[in-house]
Amino acid sequence: MTAWFKRQKEKVTTIEKKSIPDGLWEKCPGCEEILFRRELLKTMMVCPHCHFHFRLVAEDYLKILFAGDSYEELNPQLHSADPLNFKAKKSYSNQLKEATVKTGSPDVISTYLGNLGEHKIVLGVMNFSFIGGSMGSVVGEKVSRAIDYARENSVPLVMICASGGARMQEGIYSLMQLAKISAKLARYSEAGGLYISILTDPTTGGVSASYGMLGDVILAEPGALIGFAGPRVIKQTIGEDLPEGFQRSEFLLEKGFVDRIIHRKEMKEVLTQILEFGHQEVEAHA
Amino acid sequence: MAGFYLDFEKPIADLDQKIDEMIEMSSKDGTDLSSEIVRLKEKREKITKKIYSNLSRWQRVQLARYPKRPYALDYIERLSPSFVELHGDRCFADDHAIVSGIGKIDDYHVAYVGQQKGKNTKENLERNFGMSRPEGYRKALRIMKMAAKFNRPVICFIDTPGAYPGIGAEERGQAEAIAKNLMEMAVLPVPIMVIVIGEGASGGALGIGVGDRLIMLENTWFSVISPEGCASILWRDASKAEMAADAMKVTAQDLHEMGICDEIIPEPLGGAHKDYDLMAQQVKKVIIKELDELMQLETSELIERRITKYDRIGMWEE
Repeated sequence: MTAWFKRQKEKVTTIEKKSIPDGLWEKCPGCEEILFRRELLKTMMVCPHCHFHFRLVAEDYLKILFAGDSYEELNPQLHSADPLNFKAKKSYSNQLKEATVKTGSPDVISTYLGNLGEHKIVLGVMNFSFIGGSMGSVVGEKVSRAIDYARENSVPLVMICASGGARMQEGIYSLMQLAKISAKLARYSEAGGLYISILTDPTTGGVSASYGMLGDVILAEPGALIGFAGPRVIKQTIGEDLPEGFQRSEFLLEKGFVDRIIHRKEMKEVLTQILEFGHQEVEAHA
Repeated sequence: MAGFYLDFEKPIADLDQKIDEMIEMSSKDGTDLSSEIVRLKEKREKITKKIYSNLSRWQRVQLARYPKRPYALDYIERLSPSFVELHGDRCFADDHAIVSGIGKIDDYHVAYVGQQKGKNTKENLERNFGMSRPEGYRKALRIMKMAAKFNRPVICFIDTPGAYPGIGAEERGQAEAIAKNLMEMAVLPVPIMVIVIGEGASGGALGIGVGDRLIMLENTWFSVISPEGCASILWRDASKAEMAADAMKVTAQDLHEMGICDEIIPEPLGGAHKDYDLMAQQVKKVIIKELDELMQLETSELIERRITKYDRIGMWEE
């Protein structure tokens, strides 16, 4: 049971949730209660004592948002090339292989078309366990195509973000994905498209500095680390400890950068309300 | 000739020292060393050419950060002697790490946005070493929107080690400020020329770096993270920066090969700092040439091309 060996301080939480349970028990990083895993699954991986939200993968969110299998995956065939033939301590191509085996996904993001109640939506979900949720060309292209689909078919767009930032192993290509996605969002928004971003733990770097912070409505799961620079970098730069709760969802709410914090159990309901408010025909060729 | 030399310029530094000594000697005791001095100067020229025709990526990174290099205001003053600086984001503050304002380049009225480093410690404290806070990005956007209102093109100078990672910057929405600039710049209805004059690190650089043309000076770099940052994460050792620069392929030449940089502006022998005026003239020539073309485009065509340009960037398999 790996949870015992992980850092316990809230600021440095690194709990990863695998979709296949690898143990009967889970220790809550929030309140240190020992939780029965089967019970946790019933509460959408939220601690019943302190409401700590464990990290989820795409399949979990599909269950929360869509009824049964009323969805289809978009562009599942895209996977990373290694444009720079990058090698540090490990080679990028090996990292990709390992991450694919570990997560069962070809890259960080999966995109879907599904029915959230009566509303058809395009949904993207990022997986932090795939090379830190880093955004490279595949994320850029998949999000870009998801936005195009949303615009051409007048379907609202929802992105569930989890990322440490852009993928260094793709150099400038990864940085330019910020511009690529933001450009697509600009056109989608001008045409009247509705975009909701949901920030989960953690959303930092290039993803927060592009589509994370560009939602018409920006929602956040409780306690998620959200920011541009990572806390360690800030601490090193300023040479002092960071205030309690700094860069957490509640902090961003207080500072005015997220619209609302949503508990997983109200996610579907809140999304429905926003979809009813903002869904309209999009001028596809605007 | 004495002054600051980079490691790889040691042979040049040695020769400069010898030349200086000979000049001093001949003026002191009247010995005629002129032919020897000429010979050494020729040798110096030759060695300089040799070194500069074979720069490694890491050497270019060092040149891009050379403290004597011309910074944004050095170019702006030369391109538009009557430049009028405009300050503040009308929200919180005036960020001195970004300068902005209006000026004329030949017949073109343009808006400028530039990341500005300091020439010495005092200036660097004022400029925060060219690391902007959210108010810098918001000021930049304000000026760009004003340019759009009056149908004037925007010239952006990129030169930053990154957006500032501080408490206040995060509290005031660094990520939101950058994200918003990316989105707004993508559809700004006037031409935007982005010119990398030094270093371009990460989202902090891109925050004023979305446009119709990406021009880079010969000895500059632009990437997703600094070589040191990459090295400290992927090698767990910041001193492996040289390897990281090679692995990430960060130079103007690399980006040009990838089709991301549109044009490289050559620098004077020894780097941009050897001749500010000549360098500024080269930059001006390119700006005029590009504006002549971009200003002809219909707005819808301009924006469509810009979005398509970014849409094509990336490498994947399917």
